[in-house]
Parts: sequence; structure tokens; C-alpha cells
Amino acid sequence: MLKYLKSITFAFTFCAVTGPVLAEKLGLGRVALPAEVAAWDWDINALGEGLPSGSGDALVGEEIFAEKCAACHGDFAEGIDNWPKLAGGADTLDYEDPLKTVGSYWPHLTTAYDYIKRSMPYGNAGSLTDDEVYAIVAYILYSNDLIDDDFVLSDENFMEFEMPNAAGFVVDDRAEAEYRIWSGAPCMKNCKDSVEITMRALVLDVTPDLEAPAEAVTPVAAVTPEPEPEAESAAIDLELAAAGKKLFKKCKSCHQVGESAKNKSGPVLNGVVNHAAGSVDGFRYSKAMKAVAEGGLIWTEDELALFLNKPKAYLKGTKMSFAGLRKAADQFAVIEYLKTFTK
Amino acid sequence: MSENDTSKPSRRAFLSGAATVGAGAIASSVAQAQTADPLITQPQEWAQGFGDGVDAAPYGLPSQYEGDVIRRNVEWLTADQISSINFTPIHALDGTITPQGCAFERHHSGAIDLSKSDYRLMINGLVDTPLVFTYEDLKRFPRENHVYFCECAANTGMEWAGAQLNGAQFTHGMIHNMEYTGVPLRLLLEEAGYDVAGKWVFVEGADASSNGRSIPMDKALDDVLVAFKANGEALRKEHGYPVRLVVPGWEGNMWVKWIRRIEVTNFPVESREETSKYTDTLENGVSRKWTWVMDAKSVVTSPSPQTPIKHGKGPLVITGLAWSGNGAIKRVDVSKDGGKTWEAARLAKPGEKMALTRFYLDTDWDGSEMLLQSRAMDETGYVQPTKTQLREVRGLNSIYHNNCIQTWWVRSNGEAENVEVS
Repeated sequence: MLKYLKSITFAFTFCAVTGPVLAEKLGLGRVALPAEVAAWDWDINALGEGLPSGSGDALVGEEIFAEKCAACHGDFAEGIDNWPKLAGGADTLDYEDPLKTVGSYWPHLTTAYDYIKRSMPYGNAGSLTDDEVYAIVAYILYSNDLIDDDFVLSDENFMEFEMPNAAGFVVDDRAEAEYRIWSGAPCMKNCKDSVEITMRALVLDVTPDLEAPAEAVTPVAAVTPEPEPEAESAAIDLELAAAGKKLFKKCKSCHQVGESAKNKSGPVLNGVVNHAAGSVDGFRYSKAMKAVAEGGLIWTEDELALFLNKPKAYLKGTKMSFAGLRKAADQFAVIEYLKTFTK
Repeated sequence: MSENDTSKPSRRAFLSGAATVGAGAIASSVAQAQTADPLITQPQEWAQGFGDGVDAAPYGLPSQYEGDVIRRNVEWLTADQISSINFTPIHALDGTITPQGCAFERHHSGAIDLSKSDYRLMINGLVDTPLVFTYEDLKRFPRENHVYFCECAANTGMEWAGAQLNGAQFTHGMIHNMEYTGVPLRLLLEEAGYDVAGKWVFVEGADASSNGRSIPMDKALDDVLVAFKANGEALRKEHGYPVRLVVPGWEGNMWVKWIRRIEVTNFPVESREETSKYTDTLENGVSRKWTWVMDAKSVVTSPSPQTPIKHGKGPLVITGLAWSGNGAIKRVDVSKDGGKTWEAARLAKPGEKMALTRFYLDTDWDGSEMLLQSRAMDETGYVQPTKTQLREVRGLNSIYHNNCIQTWWVRSNGEAENVEVS
């Protein structure tokens, strides 16, 4: 009973510090001029209200992206280091470690326009023209394999574009899904039969050193692959190779294949499958790649698939800035395509 | 009712607790010194000469002996320090008010310099008259004082898949609790003559990220503050000087700093910060959106990995923090055996709505290992869940809103480690 009285007193106290409700205006501030509202009111909502007129395509977007975005987001919108990945991850949302990108996760394309126009590029926010923003959004869609490179995105067709994960959201349902089952008198005695420690933070060891100045710690352990030389020369699956050819456009800016192929920012890939790693003449490999090459790594199909899955996790220190192909089917399609190019 | 009863330490409660551990603790005599303590027997410099005069530090800093009580970050979490977060040293603080100087920071484009004289706040959209306020205008509105916690939705987010970071600062330090002075947003909306048909307000900051968020009008009219003071003094730059939004009980990302524009709208914007981020992906790949409220949560701040027990067995103060975005904390229980048995902790003061509550368990430690846990219950009857319970509903990929019961494994040497238990 005493408790009850206390809480009532508390409620009164709470009310007493709240100010009086003012029915009348105080006449403070001044009227915002239309030019002032226009200068700040840029937001674009999910209905497309606020979209400026303009247009752009992925070919134009690629150039702007390379200049203004790629330093963080990568040439292919794959994201460098911890910077946001904007492409890839389709159908991974129910995976153990989903890749959430504009293509795989964002429910509204308006969000991309709104955010890029107001808050990007990082360090020079709000500096893009409306057409540039359309072109960049188009390039991000193209990087996600959602449009062809010549598709012209504009305020006319913008709202017709449905994002792959548009239906992937529900409004907060914790009250129904959780609050009901986690309410009521809590258990005080004999709440469990046994208690075992199932995981320890010190085993993972990713906590910053509190004595010394903080240093960068990488939670993902670098995996040094074991060489596994098992040459196999199965017949080429042409259908799979054709799928791989399409996917290989992600690789093309850095890697060439075919008769007149030259090393670019990545080595020529002719004959790479079942060949020794780090062995293309004239290409300057990373220290990490040289080390595993000396260890005798052979690019078997399985090893290549592991590498393509997440290059930087597979080989810490590799120069390949590509985020990876998360689907095994895609990895093997690209490998199958590569098998069609011999030395 | 099994609510926490006392707001004062109880010697009787302590003694009865000790009695269950063993009579030895009561019977043991006070320690004896072999030699006299020179700090007492020798004259000390500080007891003879002068200390600093006034004005030695026109604005004081913490004692030089408290140099390790600082915000810390976890560098591998983010790509750079401009768009990043650090953590409040909750393991080393007591009481409930977080000093501004060590309250966690979260920026999306860095902490900007914005003077009061350059500050403008615009209210536009579905209003009779779009208005611009200066800082001085805001100070002429009736203002209020409230203590509220601000917790990042990602607090404890690194722990979904398992025990990862070894310290309460890192597992639970994306939180602070301050007394705010500010103007109810409702008054500013009334001044502009908001259209009652407007169901949302869109709020954005003056920094390059702008960090735009949509807030339902009901909340905006209820308890949202446009705040310019915290703990009695001006906001710090890193917390949005000169003016920030305070959205009680709701995720920190909505507490827009350097707030410059409030737009009354019919629809949510569905901005980046409310779609691609701050949405909670469930195991089946479907994601919850508009998960604004921070549910009831607690953590033992000491002993914990950064504050081990150094005094050996005997009297031990176990303490921690509890809070709920759905109202006031009503009780906190503590377990020493990983959740098999629980005892009610003492609340330092009755819980206040959407504010941190300090709890204590004054106990007698027999030197044996403990699996320390705390469990909060708020005025709605909601009981803080275990990590297993959370995972059963949400899986491992939610990132945000992890309010699980935390376990510290305290060894007999007093050291503590972040662990997960069955």
C-alpha cells in the first residue's frame, strides 16, 4: 500500500514540472521565406514526393561513381574494407551473415536518391546535380544486376521501379511477438537444472587493449589456405559457362581473358583454373598472394570458389578489392566460364 | 508484490544474506596491521603546503588519477572515426547521471562546430506558417527539465552471435543518461500551427549526414524535447551543441543532433536511417521496421571484466544499471549462478520513466566462482529476456535492440569475463 501511495505522489510530482499547455501563440520566431524552405527542404519520401526532374543512366553513372564514390564503395559498389557495400547479396537475407545492400535490402529506391542527394559524397555532401544523382542511382542498380547499362532512370519512371526487398519489412510487432511471453512474475529459484559456459569473449579476443593506445583489431581471422593440387579436366558445362560470362562483367574492369588479354589492375585469367596461384608473368601480386604461391597454392575449382566467396577473408592482404560472390552457384559459373580460356 | 522494497542500504538484509553464506564472515575479526602506515605516521606534502589556488582550472577536468575513465572505441567496428561510435565507461561510473565528457559519441559525418549565433531551426511542411527560430528565440519558450537515457539501438549489437567484447563499456556503453533542459517540441509545433492531419514529423540535423528520421506526431506531441542544456550546462559539441532533439525511451539515432529542420508530413520519409539501418532482420529474412522503443534492459557494471574484484572474499558491492523505454524500472534481480537462482537487488532510488536506475546487491562473497547476471523488470511487467529467448524469436541477424541478460564469469581470483551460458 505504501508503494502505491508513493507512486501516486511521484505522478503528481511529474505533472507539476510539466509546463502549462499554451493555447495561444507566443509570437516567437519569424516566417520562413520560400527561398529558405527551398534551400533546406530536400527530402524525398517513399511516395516519390520531392523527386526533382532529371535523368541519368548507368554508363554516365559509372564515371561519376568512379570519381566520387569508388574510393569508399569500390569500383563495383562492392565496398572497400568496412565501407558500405552497395551491391550484391541478393537472396542472402535469411543467411547466417546476410549481405544487406541497396539491391538486396533497401525497400524503396527513393531512399537511395534522398540519401545520395542530401548526404553524399562523404565529405562533400549535397554537391551533386540532380542528373548526377539519377546517374549514380542507375549505376548502383546496374551493379546489382537490376537494370541494363543503357536504362535511363528519370523522375518519369523512377516510381515504377520496384525494389527486390520491397515486401521484406513488417512494422514493429514486438508487443505481440515478445511482450506477451516475456511478462509476468519472474522465476526466482530452481530456474534451470544446469548452467554451462558455452562461449567466452577471451577466446575470440577482439576487445581493444585497454593499456596501450587502441590498435586496429580484425575479428575475422585470416585463413591461410592449404594447397590442394588435384587437377581435374572435366568437360565444360556450356550453360553454366554462359551464366558465368554474364557474371564476369563484374570482373572485367580488372581482369581480361582471351587472345589479346593483358594484365590490368588484376592479372590475365587465361588458364587460371587448376594452375599455380600467383604465376602470371609481369603481374605485381600482393605480398599475401606471393606467400601462398610460394606455399604451392593451386587454383583448383574449390579453392577458387572459396576465394571468390570473400576474397579478403580468404586471403588477408590480397589486392583484389572485390567483395565476393556469395552464392556458390555464381562462383562455379564464373569458374566454368574461366575454364573456357586456356593458356 | 515482490518489488524492491528499500531505497536505503539495509544492514539487516546484508547480515541475513551473509548468514546464508556462512557464519565465518560475521565472526571474522577486523584485520590487523603489522607496521604503521607511513601515509598516516609521516607528514605528507599535501598536508603541509598549499594546493592549487582558485582559477587553476577555470573549467575543471577529472582528477589526474582518473585518466582511464574515458570513452573508448572499437576500431574494427567502423571504417573510420568520422562516421563511428565510442563507448561510455559505465564500468567505472556510479549513480545514474553520465558526465557529458565521457558520454558516448555517435556521429555520421563528424561532430560539427556550430555556434549559437549561426544556429537556425526551421519548422515547415503542413503548418499554418513555416517559421525560423534562432537560439535566443528558443530560450523564450517555457522550458522543462527531465532526466532521460539515450541508448543507441546497436548497443550490445556485437553480442548477438556470442560473447564478443570483454567489458561492460563495450557490451553496454552505447548509453548515457542526462538531465535535459529544453522546450517541448509540441510548443514549437503549436507556434507554427501544425495541421492536425499531419501524422509525422521529419527531423534532420545541420551536419553533412543530416541523419533524417521520421517520428510519429503522437510521440512528437507527447514528450519530445528540443534541448539545449544537459546536466545543467550547454550541450557538448559531440552531443549536438547548441541544440539537439531528445526522444525519450526511443533509439538514440532519432535524437537528432544540431537539429535544424522539423517538417510536418503526412507520410514517413523512409530515409536511409530508417530503412537500410535501424531495421531488425529476423531469421526468415523479413525485417522489422519502426522499432523505435528501447526495451527494458540491465547490466552489472561492477564487478565486470574492466573492474575485477581486487579485495578478495568478504563484503562485496555488486552494482549495475537498469532502464526501459517503456516506463520506469520496478525491480532488478541478480543471479550469481548463471540464472538458476535470483535475489532482488536494492534500487538506489525508485525507477523513473525512461531514465537509468542504479541497483545494488550488498553481499558477502565467499570467493567462489560466480556467473553474475542482472534482470530488469519495468512498470509494464516486461521482464528482460535471456539471449536464448531473444534468439528464439529473432535469430542472430537483428543487429539492433539486443536487450539480453548479460553474464560475467567472475573467477575466484576476482577477474571477470564476458561469457555466454546455457
